[in-house]
Amino acid sequence: MSGYLTGVLVVLAFNVMAAYAVYLPLAAGQLNLGIAGFMAIGAYASAFLTNEYAWPMWAAIPVGSALAGLTGLVIGIPVLRTHGIYLAMATFALGQVISAIFLNLEVVGGAAGYPVSDYVGPNGVFLAAAGVVVLMLYLSRTRFALYLTAVKSDPTVADLLGVSVRGIQVAAFALGAAVAGFGGAFYAHHYNFVEAQHFNVLLSVFTVLYVLFGGTQTVWGPLVGAAFFTLAPELLRASDQWRYALFAIFIIVFMAIRPEGLVTTSLLRFRRRKNTDGAAAASSEAA
Amino acid sequence: MLAQQIVNGLMLGAIYMLMAVAFTLAIGVLNFLNFSLPGLFMLGGMLAYGFITLGFPVIFAFAAALAAAALVSLLVERFAYRPMQGGDPEVPLVSSLGFLVLLENLMLIYFGSDQQAFPALVPDLNLRFGGLVIGIAQLGSLVLSVLLVLWLSWFLSSTSTGRCIRTVAESRDTAVLMGIDTGRLVPLLFIASALLAAIAGLLFAVNYQQVSPFMGEGVGFKGVAAMIVGGMGSIWGAVLGGLLIGLAEVLSITFIGADVVNITVYGLLLLILIVRPQGLIGRPATREKL
Repeated sequence: MSGYLTGVLVVLAFNVMAAYAVYLPLAAGQLNLGIAGFMAIGAYASAFLTNEYAWPMWAAIPVGSALAGLTGLVIGIPVLRTHGIYLAMATFALGQVISAIFLNLEVVGGAAGYPVSDYVGPNGVFLAAAGVVVLMLYLSRTRFALYLTAVKSDPTVADLLGVSVRGIQVAAFALGAAVAGFGGAFYAHHYNFVEAQHFNVLLSVFTVLYVLFGGTQTVWGPLVGAAFFTLAPELLRASDQWRYALFAIFIIVFMAIRPEGLVTTSLLRFRRRKNTDGAAAASSEAA
Repeated sequence: MLAQQIVNGLMLGAIYMLMAVAFTLAIGVLNFLNFSLPGLFMLGGMLAYGFITLGFPVIFAFAAALAAAALVSLLVERFAYRPMQGGDPEVPLVSSLGFLVLLENLMLIYFGSDQQAFPALVPDLNLRFGGLVIGIAQLGSLVLSVLLVLWLSWFLSSTSTGRCIRTVAESRDTAVLMGIDTGRLVPLLFIASALLAAIAGLLFAVNYQQVSPFMGEGVGFKGVAAMIVGGMGSIWGAVLGGLLIGLAEVLSITFIGADVVNITVYGLLLLILIVRPQGLIGRPATREKL
């Protein structure tokens, strides 16, 4: 593999991990606009452990991820009292506060950034991203995914049917935070450098963009969205300075035509259900 | 010293205030977190700069920049807001963000990524009250912002169109049943919020004498924070929130240091959201927003 291709694929792997971190709470109807803050926690915590305490990476990375998840749990409980746009703004503020705290934390270098000595190669990063995807595919086949959908579609009914709505919401939020921390920990050890400025609002917001572009109805959406967002600007590289402008136009037009995202439930079932869907549509039209 | 910083904070707050009112119009009435507004803020400053450097008269440059912002906002309505009705509530947010990226990159292609020096339009004249120094430009923009908000508040409460807008904010379905032409009203609201954002951009450019393709992001996000601190959907809440965020920013720069601005500003936002989610003077939400 050429160095360029490897570089692009590594970026893709990080984007996939971030996308699933956003996807989990979003599947329960919560928009997390502060995912970069949780990535920063994972990155800084694991880097601090390997740098200062000479922890091996295999121990430091899960601990970084767990710390991000724990922060998600502790902060999620008060923050998830708010709903809808208030929740989105609370997570947005949270992301800003976390990265600003790291920016001012002198033990991890402050604004100058924090060099990391241990190194994970590209293959380690690919493996981590694959692990996250497999975990998500597994989760999508458990009752947990059903609960998420139920809470998103109608919290009141889910509550009446005995689903602990707040429990599920907090769990999805904290688990998403842990996935973000996991990605962040690998980020720190792959690039050997962390700076708080990297984990800004735009990182959070763009990650949400991948997920909504890919579609939140199925577990494949975030993967497809992240892949598209990473690879398309590379393909447009020929038209150098126009590429982001062209890309933005494409997003606007695409979302206007297909607001539910690229991958939808009906798209995946299209082949299997072609006939029954046609019949159902006909009967519902008749009714 | 403290009094001077309070004055500076209020001046900066005036700009956040206009942005917060622009956001609050879109959220309160249309239930739409319009992320293209920071782009329109930038467009106001950048295009005015562009027309002035091309040699056009200042008044014409300002008018053209405002008109362009209004026009772009109509495009946002057409492509980001209208097709999304009835779908997932997060989706319009993505498209409006697409407009922000598009506007920033178009300006980047034309002007480059450097900060440009905006010409000094207002004579560098300072008023002195005791030990306080107040720039004419700053005072002018504070007065202009307050007048605009007063006028808007009067417009919403006392005119027929204003009543229609408040009806739509209360319940869109009922408004349609009452015969209110939402197809005419919604683009009007988009133009109004775009003009507020672009005027804020112009005032920012005149006051701080610099423009760049990315000038909208920081100010825009603080405008969102100001809107929520005050209370979403409430104009006076946006005014209070804008001034508070401006004060918090200037005071924390002076007394703690420039790096902690985000901690104080967004920490304040987070605290408000946890303790009093409806904002300082907002009413509790009776329905789900977004």
